[in-house]
Amino acid sequence: MNILICVKQVPDTTEIKVDPVTNTLMRAGVPSIVNPFDACALETAARIKDETPDTKIVIVSMGPEQAKVALTECLAVGADRAYLISGRGFGGSDTLATSYILSCAVRKLEELEGKFDIIFCGKQAIDGDTAQVGPELAEHLGLAQVTCALEAKTNGNTVQVRRKTERGSEILGVEMPCLITMTKTAYEPRYASSRKKREVAKQEIPTLDENSFEIDLTRAGLKGSPTKVKKTFTIPQNSTGVIFHEATERQSTISLFELLVKGNILQLGVRYGNE
Amino acid sequence: MEMNSSNLWVFIETNEKGQAHNVGLELLNPGHSLSRAQGDEVVAIVIGQHTEAAVASAEAYGSDRIIIVEGEEYARYSTDAFAYAFHALITKYAPTSILIGATDLGRDLAPRLACRLKTGLTADCTELDFDEESGNIAWTRPAFGGNLMARILCPNHRPQIGTVRPAVFKKPEQDTSHKAEIVREEIHFSIENIRTKLIEEILDADNETIDLEGAEIIVSGGRGVGGPDGFKVIQQLADALGGTVGASRVAVDSGWISSAHQVGQTGKTVRPRIYIACGISGAIQHLAAMSSSDTIIAINTDPEAPIFKIADYGIVGDLFKVIPEFIALIDEQILTMAV
Repeated sequence: MNILICVKQVPDTTEIKVDPVTNTLMRAGVPSIVNPFDACALETAARIKDETPDTKIVIVSMGPEQAKVALTECLAVGADRAYLISGRGFGGSDTLATSYILSCAVRKLEELEGKFDIIFCGKQAIDGDTAQVGPELAEHLGLAQVTCALEAKTNGNTVQVRRKTERGSEILGVEMPCLITMTKTAYEPRYASSRKKREVAKQEIPTLDENSFEIDLTRAGLKGSPTKVKKTFTIPQNSTGVIFHEATERQSTISLFELLVKGNILQLGVRYGNE
Repeated sequence: MEMNSSNLWVFIETNEKGQAHNVGLELLNPGHSLSRAQGDEVVAIVIGQHTEAAVASAEAYGSDRIIIVEGEEYARYSTDAFAYAFHALITKYAPTSILIGATDLGRDLAPRLACRLKTGLTADCTELDFDEESGNIAWTRPAFGGNLMARILCPNHRPQIGTVRPAVFKKPEQDTSHKAEIVREEIHFSIENIRTKLIEEILDADNETIDLEGAEIIVSGGRGVGGPDGFKVIQQLADALGGTVGASRVAVDSGWISSAHQVGQTGKTVRPRIYIACGISGAIQHLAAMSSSDTIIAINTDPEAPIFKIADYGIVGDLFKVIPEFIALIDEQILTMAV
């Protein structure tokens, strides 16, 4: 079994705050982490490897040199090889351009590492939140896709994927090769042992740039991106509400209730009339 | 019939019974204002095995034209068959813009389609405008976990495509006498070529009875509820008001209540008439999914909780003391009216 996992290094968006004065993101000091959905993908692959020990797990990430930190973390929890995709011509790529670059890189990686049976991605990255790169990569490569997977197990030549739906979940069977995007799994990603961390610290992570594989650079970067960000802004949050903080909860509740009934916000008469 | 090539399309997602998902009907609303701005028509796209119910809804909610693709291969959604049929329609009619609901299905289909067309896609929009200056749709969406909003254009590629979260827009006024032009297209995809096969479906036990997106009143519980027993109190208030129980991510992740109740970026987006947040501090991901409710009421012990910043009304206090008082006042009021 040969598995590729696409990971992204992201700022921990739960740690990002908006500056109340300037209304801009305060990014300083926000830690960089492996995108949590990608960590779920790695854990799912690691579980397949637990079952089928001759499985090889290859990690690829597109990003700046510092993304190697994220790749090293992945190696420490059980990936076998890691590659960084980084190039001047790749900056500013939207999802279509990013997935195109990744598809070109995957073809090169298959020359180096052999054909991949499964390509895993996180459902979405927590910074962009688009959930588009996975399906777009599948389309570029002509692969079957399953998105929003909760679980994936191999069975002969097929993968059985449990997928979240609006009504619960469904189990789909899909033949390999295929691409699967993972949502948050019921199981937690495993931790790296200190010994393993020391071991992989020295492991070389090759960088592939625009000269390392065949690519049409007019389809990459800003100029290869059909979508353009016109502007970004934060929503100012100014408190204008009526907040009660009286001596007892009872007093506060009575004050609020009166206001709601007077303002016709609580339309209890409507409810009574329906009964 | 001459085909106007500058049309705005709305994808009408259907459920297993062939009924239209609310989000498709909601999108006919911005669909109208955007197409009018460009002098276009709104075309509804319905793909399924039995489409009568969805077509009737799309007609009553004001589609100018409805294009229908029917076949047994579309009985259940599959990426392969739906992307094939939708792509064939786009190639034939060359619409200017396409709106798709940002449901699990829409988020599976839209990127596959956009990539096949080599065009731009903007995910999870919360606002749609017509950018007069450039003649494009301005797609506004949250990023960085809702901390930042981005306004995105797709200036040089057509169609321009976006997915929009359910409950961001209200459905247009229903008019059962409205007639749409109906167009049927014969497009077929061999079932054997669908690469994903359904093995088993597991339905959430309470999923059928929980309709957060359609709820008039939602009473939601978060960390402050403290456990599954605490949700009984939330349920009592919801019952007293004829509302539905919602929950924050913390409450769902802690296993206090099923994920069908979750309001938030990974759960449902809601816009009820009244949203009561109990013991919810208000993480940005939660706020993004409920802030367009008509009236927001917050109950929290922490006066600094972010939820108070967007609340219209609030009580700083213990929800376990506030809610029973509140229920008593409701009962008293109803009794008074009954006399």
